[in-house]
Amino acid sequence: MVWLLVLAELLTFGLLFASFAVARRLQPGMFAQGQAELSLSTGVLNTLLLVAGSWAAVRAVRSFEADRRVAGARWLLAALAGAVGFLVVKSHEFLGKVQAGFDWATNTFTLLYTLLTGFHYLHVLVGAIVFAVLWHKARQGAYSQSDHMGPISGAVFWHMVDLLWMVLFPLVYVIR
Amino acid sequence: MRLKREDLIFALLALATLASGWLGEGAALQGQHLGTLAMLAVLGLSGIKGAMIALDYMELRHAPAIWRRAVMGWLMVVLGVVALASLVSTG
Repeated sequence: MVWLLVLAELLTFGLLFASFAVARRLQPGMFAQGQAELSLSTGVLNTLLLVAGSWAAVRAVRSFEADRRVAGARWLLAALAGAVGFLVVKSHEFLGKVQAGFDWATNTFTLLYTLLTGFHYLHVLVGAIVFAVLWHKARQGAYSQSDHMGPISGAVFWHMVDLLWMVLFPLVYVIR
Repeated sequence: MRLKREDLIFALLALATLASGWLGEGAALQGQHLGTLAMLAVLGLSGIKGAMIALDYMELRHAPAIWRRAVMGWLMVVLGVVALASLVSTG
């Protein structure tokens, strides 16, 4: 079931990525101006937080596979920390933009930037909630070597969020 | 503690991210567009990172071929569209 969700999300974001790339081709000046105001180092930091979350999620699944339940719960907490770290950094970026008078409806760049990064932010938020629930249940001993489908599905969802960022990061933050 | 495959993948993902940031920082500091070669390198690194996440972290390497092809195909098509649109705009 989670794989159907993954494919639907990939297709939706794929259309947004293509829209951003084609719109930039058509209006390079507008996009250059908009992208110049984005912090590349913030994008790098967020990428590192996402991949750290993915790594922790894999380690959590591996721990449950080995029936190391305490370690599995700790790795889920580490994955949650990666997700929350991303949300904090991204919220700071959004807040800075709002304080600088950013309006999502100003032009094509602001619209697509808001759609892409805002939609992705919501997915990270969902991932953080999923990790929090999984961690809570893991601490109660809900997962074992024979039953850890929850952490597996949660990890797959997070890897998808990570995979989407692997395209979003260069598209929006690096290629100018 | 023995280094596991997922640990190595994480290290490679982090290194590739820093390399992409370094490539982009040069152009950003000078207020210039990213050059064609640097742009292709950044997208290449993203393709490698995406493939590692899909094949190793999502475990698609051992999944039915249809899922593996769908996700890898999506990655290649999307990065291809980005490269094509960027090449046309900067060329």
